[in-house]
Amino acid sequence: MTFELELRGITKRYPGVLANDAVDLAVRPAEIHAIVGENGAGKTTLMSLLYGLFPPDEGEIFIRGERVEFSSALEAIAAGLGMVHQSFKLFPTLSVADNVVFRQEPRRRGLIDRAASVARVRELADRYGLAVDPEAVVEDLPVGVLQRVEILKALYRDANVLILDEPTAVLTPQERDKLFEVIRRLRDAGGTILFITHKLGEVMAISDRVTVLRNGRAVADLVTAETDPAEITLHMTGRAVDLDRRAPEHEPAQVVLKVDSLTVIGEHGRPAVADASFEVRSGEIVGIAGVAGNGQSELIEALCGLRETDGGAVSLVGMEITGADVAGRRSAGLAYIPEDRYAVGTIRQASVSENLLLGHHRNPSIQHRGWFDRQAVARLARRLVEVFDIKAGSVSGPVSTLSGGNLQKVVVAREMEQGTPLLIAEQPTRGLDIGAIEFVHGQLVRFRDQGGAVLMVSAELSEILALSTRILVMFEGRIVADLDPSKVAEPEIGLYMTGAHLEKAVA
Amino acid sequence: MFEQIFDAALFDSATRAMIPILLAALGGMICERAGVFQIALEGMMLAGAFAAVAGSYLAISWTLGVVFGIAAGMLISLALAYGTVTRRGDSIVLGIALNLLAMGLTGFLLPQLFDVRGVFQHPRIDGLDRIAIPVLSDIPWIGPVLFDNTLLTYVALLLVPILWVFLFRTPVGLRLRGVGERPLAAETLGVSPTVYKYGAVLASGALAGLAGAQLSLGNVVQFAENMSSGRGWVAVVAVMLGRAHPVGVLAAAALFALAEALGFRFQGNGLPVQITDALPFVVTLLALIIARKRFARLLDLTTAA
Repeated sequence: MTFELELRGITKRYPGVLANDAVDLAVRPAEIHAIVGENGAGKTTLMSLLYGLFPPDEGEIFIRGERVEFSSALEAIAAGLGMVHQSFKLFPTLSVADNVVFRQEPRRRGLIDRAASVARVRELADRYGLAVDPEAVVEDLPVGVLQRVEILKALYRDANVLILDEPTAVLTPQERDKLFEVIRRLRDAGGTILFITHKLGEVMAISDRVTVLRNGRAVADLVTAETDPAEITLHMTGRAVDLDRRAPEHEPAQVVLKVDSLTVIGEHGRPAVADASFEVRSGEIVGIAGVAGNGQSELIEALCGLRETDGGAVSLVGMEITGADVAGRRSAGLAYIPEDRYAVGTIRQASVSENLLLGHHRNPSIQHRGWFDRQAVARLARRLVEVFDIKAGSVSGPVSTLSGGNLQKVVVAREMEQGTPLLIAEQPTRGLDIGAIEFVHGQLVRFRDQGGAVLMVSAELSEILALSTRILVMFEGRIVADLDPSKVAEPEIGLYMTGAHLEKAVA
Repeated sequence: MFEQIFDAALFDSATRAMIPILLAALGGMICERAGVFQIALEGMMLAGAFAAVAGSYLAISWTLGVVFGIAAGMLISLALAYGTVTRRGDSIVLGIALNLLAMGLTGFLLPQLFDVRGVFQHPRIDGLDRIAIPVLSDIPWIGPVLFDNTLLTYVALLLVPILWVFLFRTPVGLRLRGVGERPLAAETLGVSPTVYKYGAVLASGALAGLAGAQLSLGNVVQFAENMSSGRGWVAVVAVMLGRAHPVGVLAAAALFALAEALGFRFQGNGLPVQITDALPFVVTLLALIIARKRFARLLDLTTAA
């Protein structure tokens, strides 16, 4: 038979790394083909090679039986490939229609034919059930809709093969279900979809076939209906992992963090955090769930002293810290794992040991009268590198050479070792592979079991469910639910995350 | 008192003051839209003014003077484009360097080529004629103010609607704005940011050169050392204040020109020259403070890319 798309023996080497090692991939016409693997398994590299972003060292690509070689994404697009990148490539101040027709604008007398481009985009959107207003300005739209715009861009360019790179990472469960409907509709209309993910639930829910990548190699090509998540996991990791292990129950003790009617005014003069009240006790992990942009970042920044508050009170182990600065809060007993380990969590040009030292620099055992005790610094760095299993060539080398997982370990190690009663962890495992996720989860649980209080924000519901003693859901700046993870299911949390519970209450 | 100050002569001198600022600012606007922070307008304008006088003197023709002015502006902008786009240098550092270069070079060439210091005036220098547009120039009050001017004045005013259509209605304009906003996104769709940024910077060079020609062949017929005297910087601010929109830029340029004309008028009424000279910049400063948020946003836009 003729495959819609076939890769044979694709190999790509980077200095010291074999990113793709003789990968074979065969995709049949009108099928949804999932490509799964841990981070670093070579999924993104493989798709970039396919899409012409850079050439493979070895191997061949065939489209409908014909050998092709792309030297740019443009040639891949012309051959009928369309890629929806993980980070959207859209122009924020332009309209949806302008974004879609960009560089292939319908014209009339040399000018852009606005009416025609709006009509074409509307027609495509209707045909595939992509609810988008062609005249809306992109920066006003939520991420779920932005993704539809990206799909429309590919369809407008007559893509037969649509490549979706981790498409659900930014979506709510409801948006995800809508996306799946669109994908099925595209397949039923004869389109072929490559669905890149590391979430097994999605593989099972949407795909017809699945190719598993591990360490740059394609280790399995399975028919989804004939396999199960356990088998796929085994192929992905080479071992069985249990991420869903529920944390053992501990009786939470005294209140560590008390937030009372906290209000934070956001960028547009509207409250980003509205009247939020909650407590975090020692020996518990409180997980904040919510779609990104519903006030979680503002809440955390306000708690850490990075943002001014506009009402309410915060106290830490009984001490009022509402107006305290960052240093005051830290010495009162707060440590913080920020969401962005690159821009906020580490200083890129500084060394591994200097990064591990941050926040400890006032400690009298390390610093005397403004001078660092170099031996104490080295001891601290060596200990943390060992305890947290940080794989760094040298502790004096720049931290920017570390992989994402090891960089996160640097941040986690530093913050957990501050000896504070409260740890605030913001998206602590975002972008990490399963091994590193397991490690960070283990450390958070250890911190809790030693009597620490943890406040965690995560966009991953599975993470919230696996770790939290209590779940708070944020929607439009408010804490709309306080749930017991042993008594709720994912869909119910999803309802709160999207504000659907409000509609229900009205009805 | 009010009528003594706000008479037709004031608006006439405001129009003359506005045109160089407007031409340069329209160039700056194109760059802003393409994602290049264009801060070399002052230098390109000064070089344009010098080259226009030199060209006009050599050929006894204002046409060649204008062509020389455009060429000089574009030559400097080419250096800027190469430095910022091809070599990915810092546009602010490079822009300031080019401004200083233009000032030094024109100051050096003036005695070398024409054997004068400070000011170069000569009967051979062919200035721009005022061209009265029939009918329109007979409209009382605004007729003589707007429709009895140099060719470059009309070019500048016509460029406002033309550039509006270009930016917001043509495919090339759409791509230019796309490049300025998200160069990577434009690149994935096959639009080369390099080409568009070069185009924008060169266009701004041509326009700033024209601004210089208007200054040295239109407003007066002579070249004086550092005769742009901050107008290019005012144009930079006009781009920000006008939100890089043709109509906004026109309004901002008009505001600054009015301030400059008022300064001259007050000078005539006996105010110390130091104070009246400062007036346009006081207005600039006030405008910047009032528009602080927009300014920050525009800077974000250019640096975020």
